Formats: sequence, structure tokens, C-alpha cells
Amino acid sequence: MSDQVDYSRRRLLTAATVGTGLVGVAFVAVPFLASWEPSARAKALGAPVDVDASKLEPGQMLKVVWRGQPVFVVRRTKAITDHLADHDAMLADPQSDGSLQPAYIKSAGPARARNPEYWIGLAVCTHLGCSPLGAFEPNNSFQVAGTNLGENWPGGFYCPCHGSKYDLSGRVFKSMPAPRNLTVPSYAISADAHVVIGVDDASKTSA
Amino acid sequence: MAAAPESAGSGKGGSFLGWIDARFPLSKLWREQVSEYYAPKNFNFWYLFGVLSLVVFANQIITGIFLTMSYKPSAAEAFSSVEYIMRDLDWGWLIRYMHSTGASAFFIVIYLHMFRALLYGSHRKPRELLWIFGCVIYLMLMAEAFMGYVLPWGNMSFWGAQVIVSLFGSLPVIGGTLVEWIRGDYVIADPTLNRFFALHVAALPLALVFLVIAHLMALHEVGSNNPDGIEIKKHKDANGHPLDGIPFHPYYTVKDLVGVAGFLLIFCGVIFFAPTFGGLFLEAPNFEPANPLQTPPEISPVWYFTPFYAMLRAIPSFAGTQVWGVLVMGGAIVVLFFVPWLDRSPVRSIRYRGPIYKIALAIFAVSFIILGLCGMKPPAGIYPLLARICTGLYFAFFLLMPLYTKIDSVKPVPDRVTWHA
Repeated sequence: MSDQVDYSRRRLLTAATVGTGLVGVAFVAVPFLASWEPSARAKALGAPVDVDASKLEPGQMLKVVWRGQPVFVVRRTKAITDHLADHDAMLADPQSDGSLQPAYIKSAGPARARNPEYWIGLAVCTHLGCSPLGAFEPNNSFQVAGTNLGENWPGGFYCPCHGSKYDLSGRVFKSMPAPRNLTVPSYAISADAHVVIGVDDASKTSA
Repeated sequence: MAAAPESAGSGKGGSFLGWIDARFPLSKLWREQVSEYYAPKNFNFWYLFGVLSLVVFANQIITGIFLTMSYKPSAAEAFSSVEYIMRDLDWGWLIRYMHSTGASAFFIVIYLHMFRALLYGSHRKPRELLWIFGCVIYLMLMAEAFMGYVLPWGNMSFWGAQVIVSLFGSLPVIGGTLVEWIRGDYVIADPTLNRFFALHVAALPLALVFLVIAHLMALHEVGSNNPDGIEIKKHKDANGHPLDGIPFHPYYTVKDLVGVAGFLLIFCGVIFFAPTFGGLFLEAPNFEPANPLQTPPEISPVWYFTPFYAMLRAIPSFAGTQVWGVLVMGGAIVVLFFVPWLDRSPVRSIRYRGPIYKIALAIFAVSFIILGLCGMKPPAGIYPLLARICTGLYFAFFLLMPLYTKIDSVKPVPDRVTWHA
């Protein structure tokens, strides 16, 4: 037996032990990190939501909760829907190319709706998630207290947090903090304005 | 060494302290850290804020522990449990106002403490790590204050949390998953509140305690800077003590007590007569329960975050993402860490610097205050433009520092501290 210490052997064994220990730490960390994910209960609450929009008068709005998020259901007046395409020059993404919506909403053009009379979209500003306010009256620049919406206001939404403006199809104006148009969720709408949010085809739900 | 147990207890005539000292370095710690820690004798008013931040920290810990005893960290009960503390619990209002006013007081003393470092060059070699520990404490304190503000579950708590957590969502690729992971739900909800509570009362205070100890250890290793920005260790007496230093205890403990008394006078004045401080320390929308369907008409964070919030709003989104504002806001904090290396002046203290640094520091301080005011106002009219200009000035102060501190004139630095009896 030699009393010479084999340092390279000692270093290798130390490194191997530390390495194995780190792998163990990584494995133990998984349950702790995963415990922060939405729980099974939170996921279960993400079911589709039924709304009867036929009771809305033109120019009225309803906010419903779907997956814990507020959703706008707006019945637009004819004065609004007739002129939705007129202010494309003021918008950052008039064709909704960089925004989130189902294909049938994108192909619907400026209305961004399955039925132009009813606009459905998440009431969640694409900037930092505040809930925009309704400012539906066209050419009324001072309908939101303390804010000048600017000339030629076509009617739409105003986010009080950082001043983002959207038109009544949820399309964001140019040079706003918000980068995208308001997101439109999957939804189905029947002829009598019965809306199911969270599905593409109402016949496929139990509701 | 081996004989220590035998000599224990017999040392110092068998005194109780001797018994302890043989087993734990109590007297040694006291001597090294307090009674024989030599601090420069020319400390001025600006040197109070370190001690004051310790006082406020103690206040937050003690009042926080007592609030925890009556607070319920669930979305269903949080708001009403805070109202219960305010209305039904004996002296609950006092304990809560001490805690909420303490949060604002913490940032006041910390901002002044940091400004002191910029005045006298306290971040310069060899105190870089001391400064970095301080920056980490500041960062942790912001996280601590943010999560604490969510706990009452008022409407501003809710929407403030929504905005701040969404900041992480703007990061490319991982953003969406990260936000869901932080919230533990698809929106800010009960799991979010519950985990913020755990972080606010256990994880972050624990981290802060360790960081404060590290900050003080680093300070006592290198020794305190002073308003002249010169090393007192260069001139020592026969015993090896700095000629321009005096023991921290009793000289500065007694001096600081006067400062603490003055501070408590103002602090108590606010607690008793203006605990909401006109909506600056406690915002009116937070006296309404959280409503996930209704954003308050005007949303703004508490005053100590408004400078950074103004920077966030000042940057418009482009290339389809608002990540730029988030990066600028984060950068405003990150740049602080580099100040010891950005500053190239041959002198430390503003007393011996030329006019350029004095003007730059003044512009920086004014910009920071204007940014704070912009962050409280709705993003309309002149405020976005003002915020953009001041954001530019804020960053110019740091990023141009290597240039202007180099070309700036300096005055001759004295060999010994200047001091008037």
C-alpha cells in the first residue's frame, strides 16, 4: 500500500459524486416547480360558457367569464358595422395578420365576427392584461373621463392602464403600447344570437 | 485549543460571559463588529439611512408577523380579513398602518441610502461587492413590496398583479408558459395569492436577512466610506486603529439614536395623521375588493415603482411585441449593478469632483423624480413625451458615465478627512 495520494483519481471521484448529486437535485426540483402549474381543479374550470346575447340592445355590452378571463359580447349598431372598414389607415394591424383568432374570424374581414352584429373577444388588453373600457360612441372624444380619445374616434375600446385604443372589432390603433389586436376566442353563435364561448361548433358540446 | 473546555468558566473569574465566550464568540463578535469597528469620524446626515433601513426592516418583520396571525391568504377571505384587522382586531389598524407606512418608508430610506453612495462614491473599489449586495437587496425588496401589495386582494392589488405578472408574458417563446406557471391558473386567482403570501412572509424575508448580513459583513471587511471619499485606514495610530476613525459604539450608536428618534417622529406622524398619504401609500381603488371583470379607471403602482412604470409605458411596442418596454425597465435596474465600473473618476466624493458630475447627478435625480410623477399620471397629454425624455436622461447618466467622469475636472483630495468640531 502506498501513502501517495492519487489526486487525479480523487478529483474524478469528487466530480462524479458532485455530478450525481446535482442530477438528484434536478430530479427533486421537478415536483416543487411542477406544483406551481395550474392544478387539475383550475384546468377543469376552463369549460365552454353559454351566453344568450339576444337580450342585448344595439350598443350594449355584456362581460362574461370564460376560463376566469373576462370576455366582451357587444351588440354593434348598424352605424358602426357599416363603417368598420373606413378607418383601416388608423390601425396597426387592420387585417389581423399578427393577432390571435380562429381562421373563420380572420377571414371575416374588418368585422372580426361570425355574425357582424355581435362582436365577441377577450376583454384582456394585449399589452399587459388590463380590461379595456367600452367607448362605443363614434366621434365622441371625451366619453371616458379624463381622456381625449382623439379626433375621428370610430367607436371602440380604451385601456385605462396604458392608453391603448382599439376599434369596435378589437383592432388596435397605430403607435399604441398594445402590440396586437384583442384576441378572439373560439366561439359558436346561432341564428337567435346564442353564443357558446370556447368551442368552434356548438353541436359538439353537451350544452 | 484542546484545553479550552477546562479553561472555560474559569476565565474572567468564572463570569457568565466568560462561560459563554469559551463556547461562542460573543464578546469577540461585539468587539469586531460594534465596539471596535472604527468608522470615519466625519459622517454626516446622509449616513443615517443605513441604520434607518435596519430600523424599518425590523418594523416590517415584527408588524408582519403579527399581521400574519389574523390575515387569511385566500381569494375568498383575504379582503375581509384585512378589513377585520382594521376594524375589529384590537390595535389591528395600528399594526397594519405601521406595516403599510413602513413599506413606503423603506423605499424612502433606501433611495436616500443609494443616492448617498452616488454622492460620495461609496460603490467604488474596494466596495463593489458591497454595492452589488445592496442592489440585490433593492431588487428583492421590490419583489417583496409587490407581493405584499397583492395580499389585501383589493382591486388595485388584483390588477397590479395582472400587469406585473403579464410583463413576463412578453418574453419570446417561454412567455406564455412562464406566466401560467407564475399564476398557477389562467388568470390571477387564489393559487397566485396563496403562493405570493408564502413568498412574502417566508422565502423573501429569509433571503433578505441573509443578504443584509452579507451587506454588513462586506461593509465591515472593507470599512465605511465617508463624505471625503478617502481611505481612513491609510493613517493608523500605534494600536493599529485609524486616526480618523472612532468606534461605532458608543459614538455612532448614540448619534444614530438621535436620527432614529427624528425618523420615528415623522414615521408616527404619518401613521397617525395620514396613513394613506393622500393615496400615495395606500391607493383608493384598493379599498374595493378585487374584481376580475373591472379594471380600475386609472391604474398606477405605489409611488416607489412609478419611475420604472413610467419607463415601461414610455416605450411603444414595435415588431409585434411590447417586450422592449419590459427590457428597458429591467435594464434600468440591471445598469445599477455596473455603476462601480462605469465610474472612471480618479476621485470618489462629489466634494472633489468637477462640475460635469454634479450637473449629471442633479439631472439624474430630477429625471428620476419626474419619471415618478409621470408614472402616477394617466398616459396622455405631455406625460408620455416627458417620460421618454427622462428615460433617456436616466440611461444617459449611467451609459455616458465612463466618458464624462473621465473628462471631468477634479479638485485635490485631502490626505485626512475634513472635519469640524
